[in-house]
Amino acid sequence: MSEYNDKIKEISARLLKECQVDMVIGFRKGSMPMMNEPCFINNAEDAAQLVWDSNCGINLANYLTNRKEKIGIIAKGCDSRNIVTHIIENKISREQLYIIGVPCQGMIDKHKINAMFEGEIQDVAENGQKITVTIDGKENALEKADVLQKNCAVCIHRNPVIFDEMVAEPVEEQKDVDRYADVREIEAMTSEEKWNTFEELLSPCIRCYACKNACPLCYCPTCFVDESKPQWVGKGQDPTDVRTFHFLRAFHCGGRCTDCGACERACPVGINMRVFTKKLEKDSFEQFGWEAGLTLDERPPLDTYRPDDPDDFIR
Amino acid sequence: MGIEPDRIHYSWISSAESTKFVEVVKEVTEKVKALGPNQHFAKHEAKVA
Ligand code: SF4
Ligand code: SF4
Ligand code: SF4
Repeated sequence: MSEYNDKIKEISARLLKECQVDMVIGFRKGSMPMMNEPCFINNAEDAAQLVWDSNCGINLANYLTNRKEKIGIIAKGCDSRNIVTHIIENKISREQLYIIGVPCQGMIDKHKINAMFEGEIQDVAENGQKITVTIDGKENALEKADVLQKNCAVCIHRNPVIFDEMVAEPVEEQKDVDRYADVREIEAMTSEEKWNTFEELLSPCIRCYACKNACPLCYCPTCFVDESKPQWVGKGQDPTDVRTFHFLRAFHCGGRCTDCGACERACPVGINMRVFTKKLEKDSFEQFGWEAGLTLDERPPLDTYRPDDPDDFIR
Repeated sequence: MGIEPDRIHYSWISSAESTKFVEVVKEVTEKVKALGPNQHFAKHEAKVA
């Protein structure tokens, strides 16, 4: 992936030097292993800070909302789909963007890797499909395929769907992946089992809202959880309120979520709240043939009416 | 979501369809009565330790 790195630095420096953009949004090395941080680069000299590896799971489309300047943005498959969604929802215009497309090879799951080892991880290095985790000076070898983020393991849009320039040739898309095994498992449960599964899933939630803040779709100036007149949902950790927050957030992402995994990645207690958005993603696909963010030319199912929209739930 | 499917009903009833309205309301009432009071998404008094 080092060839990506050079190309990203080169393109970014060029764009800034030629004043084609006012800034480039990308990643730089974070202060902790597996935590690359988003950064805004304003001049060509600083482009050298930019990095790319398997720890760039944060969705950069999140930083585009209502921006006024000309922006270069590094975009993997899912970021590009959220950029499309942002453009469709008038949160940024296509003309403002110079999209630097990165064919993605999947991000590694920091929750999973942290859980695999005792002690503090000092370093995580990668070389192609090999990951080396260093703990107390001792190196442990892992296969990247075994520690991919769950959403990346079933991702079928790794190449950017929209870009001005690519940093490399497209990667081969994964075929024959079963995207919805986890959702089907829940769908097969009785109501009571579902209730209990979600109760357990959400019980560690501390309402920190990292999941919603990491999500590019959650850009409302005042989120429903923060409103007080009327107060839609209590602010504490009553399980009813926690669940209301999660269900409503998921519904607000219906037909928009790209399953980028930024929400799950951000959660400090490792909750897989993606099962909710994924159910809606599955329904969008199965009932409306819709996958979010693939094209600028079609309106999403929630803001169009078609005579053949499924309606067999209405009597 | 963990809510019993019989608790939720969707129907499209024109203002001219009074008989359909009565039928639907009767049916919904029966189904929900059969399920009993809702236990989920109901906040109970805070438990004080
Ligand atoms: S969801 Fe797809 S495009 Fe996004 S990081 Fe994972 S593999 Fe890459
Ligand atoms: S809900 Fe999660 S997976 Fe979906 S777009 Fe937002 S951050 Fe990505
Ligand atoms: S990030 Fe995790 S703990 Fe924080 S609100 Fe979301 S699910 Fe709850």
